[in-house]
Amino acid sequence: MRNPYLPLPMKLVKNFTETSDKLIHTFTLEYLNEQDAESFQYEPGQFAELMVYGKGEAPFGIASSPTEKGILKFSVAKVGVVSNALHMLEEGTIVGVRGPLGNSYPLEQLKGKSLTIIGGGFAFTTLRSTIQYILDPANRGDYGDLTVIYGARNPGLLLYKDELAAWDARSDINLITTIDREVEGWNGRVGFIPTVTKEVAPKTDYAIICGPPVMIKFTMPVLVECGFTPDRIIMSLENRMKCGIGMCGRCNVGSKYVCKDGPVFTKAQLDQLPNEY
Amino acid sequence: MIVSKNEIANLLTQLAETYRVIAPVKKDGMLQYAAIKNGEQACLDDANTKKPGKEILFPQSEELFNYTISAEGIRMQDNVDKEATVVFGMRPCDVKSLVLLDNVFQNDQYTDVYYLTRRANTIIVGLGCAQPAATCFCSSVGCGPFAKEGSDIFLTDLGEAYVIEGISDKGKELLAKLSLAEAGAEQKAAAAKLQAEVTADGSINIEGLAEKLGGMFEHPFWESLHEKCIGCGACTYLCPTCHCFDIADEAKDCDGCRVRNWDACMFPLFTLHGSGHNPRTGGKARWRQRLMHKFNYFVDRYNATACVGCGRCIKNCPVNLDIRQALADVRALD
Repeated sequence: MRNPYLPLPMKLVKNFTETSDKLIHTFTLEYLNEQDAESFQYEPGQFAELMVYGKGEAPFGIASSPTEKGILKFSVAKVGVVSNALHMLEEGTIVGVRGPLGNSYPLEQLKGKSLTIIGGGFAFTTLRSTIQYILDPANRGDYGDLTVIYGARNPGLLLYKDELAAWDARSDINLITTIDREVEGWNGRVGFIPTVTKEVAPKTDYAIICGPPVMIKFTMPVLVECGFTPDRIIMSLENRMKCGIGMCGRCNVGSKYVCKDGPVFTKAQLDQLPNEY
Repeated sequence: MIVSKNEIANLLTQLAETYRVIAPVKKDGMLQYAAIKNGEQACLDDANTKKPGKEILFPQSEELFNYTISAEGIRMQDNVDKEATVVFGMRPCDVKSLVLLDNVFQNDQYTDVYYLTRRANTIIVGLGCAQPAATCFCSSVGCGPFAKEGSDIFLTDLGEAYVIEGISDKGKELLAKLSLAEAGAEQKAAAAKLQAEVTADGSINIEGLAEKLGGMFEHPFWESLHEKCIGCGACTYLCPTCHCFDIADEAKDCDGCRVRNWDACMFPLFTLHGSGHNPRTGGKARWRQRLMHKFNYFVDRYNATACVGCGRCIKNCPVNLDIRQALADVRALD
């Protein structure tokens, strides 16, 4: 019987300050045991419990893509006991990882389709995983046009700045970045995600959207206006979780557990559930 | 088979030589499950235990594993409890709750090894209730004072003696080792009569309730139901089917352990996000969750009602909220 509560050991190889307010760090981890690298098979959209020995564990979306072999990446905001401890960790420290957990974005089903990915704030981690996966030379041909709309309050709060620059230089991805208010030296767009989405008016087969509740609330009608049907709008929920395996009972929305039945749901699926998330 | 009451203590003492025997005992002024070595400690004549039987397989607080950090690395020690156990004298409602919890702790993807290992190594001896309490309503929720579902062995109290039935293979195997006297025809008939005749409050009709609740999430009914509730969580802690838990680490210097503790949907912190957002902000949402989980969500997920009618939530509620009344109110709505 495999024990789903036991973490596997990983080494923190990079603790990188991602944003100008220093509140989000990206952690790059390497497997200590080779067989763990083999067995930890994940898909973009899944999450894992990241553990600091002596402090506890907390769930985070996996920011790396399965195409990036041998490592896992998590971008974590400094909020609670575990994330505060994580932020303080020295490179070389051993941490624990439990997962992969939850379902993933339906990348198999999205093959041959064009896609718009919309992210706001630091809810861009599993979206990064998805973009990285699609842009991988081995996968790019499987997908159609890729539009990415990504916004943050100011340029310093955008995650993965080097990668954004690299994506911007490519012709096989249409990247639109936006910030809330005009800042000197900013060449991207200015405006909230719903407004910018309306301006861009994406016409793709599917949309994936991730962000704070208020952003989701106002972007949803725009997507509907753009012609996306509820079964073609894909979202990822975040609820407080502990076990991650559908047993501890706290992350439910109606009869569904976000940790096990989700975190990825289509809008059509969410429309069937109580509005309690 | 049959055992007279004055032989029961000897039987338990004998069992305790081979098994960890857990039985209701009087301790700290209340009836509770505890491991016993001497059969005299068992208290089978009183009503139900204060805390539900789930704690035997799913303790209120449990260390899952511990770890030591040293220069050489991290050493982990998993604490799976494999001890062969006999639970003696568990009431049918608590036994039924374990059958329900089996659904939770093993799903299509994951197995909770702590619960499942205990489960596999435990023999349950159920004890029928000749005198259900006023708060008992097991007969309303597909259980009953003499329901045998989940018991490996079943006892029926005839006053002077217990009629003993082997139910599962596991139970029959154990009985075969005990060389007990066969029950006479008269005793068998007396047991059958009790089993057929004794019922608890069966007046709450839960048929069609799940479907009705399914359409009631936004109903004004929830606005007032919770008003009396002070959110103490006693109902959930004492509920034999409530399975919510918290996971936390405890550590000192280089030694740490991961523990899990019972948790409750009646607490605001239960669902509070790190961001400050809380999907269930008030008593209304939390009471709705509790009722919905038992009578709709659980049905939807596992095709069973997550209530066994033990009445502990009624007996122990400090403001006298009665789930039977809540269910009757739902039923009475148009």
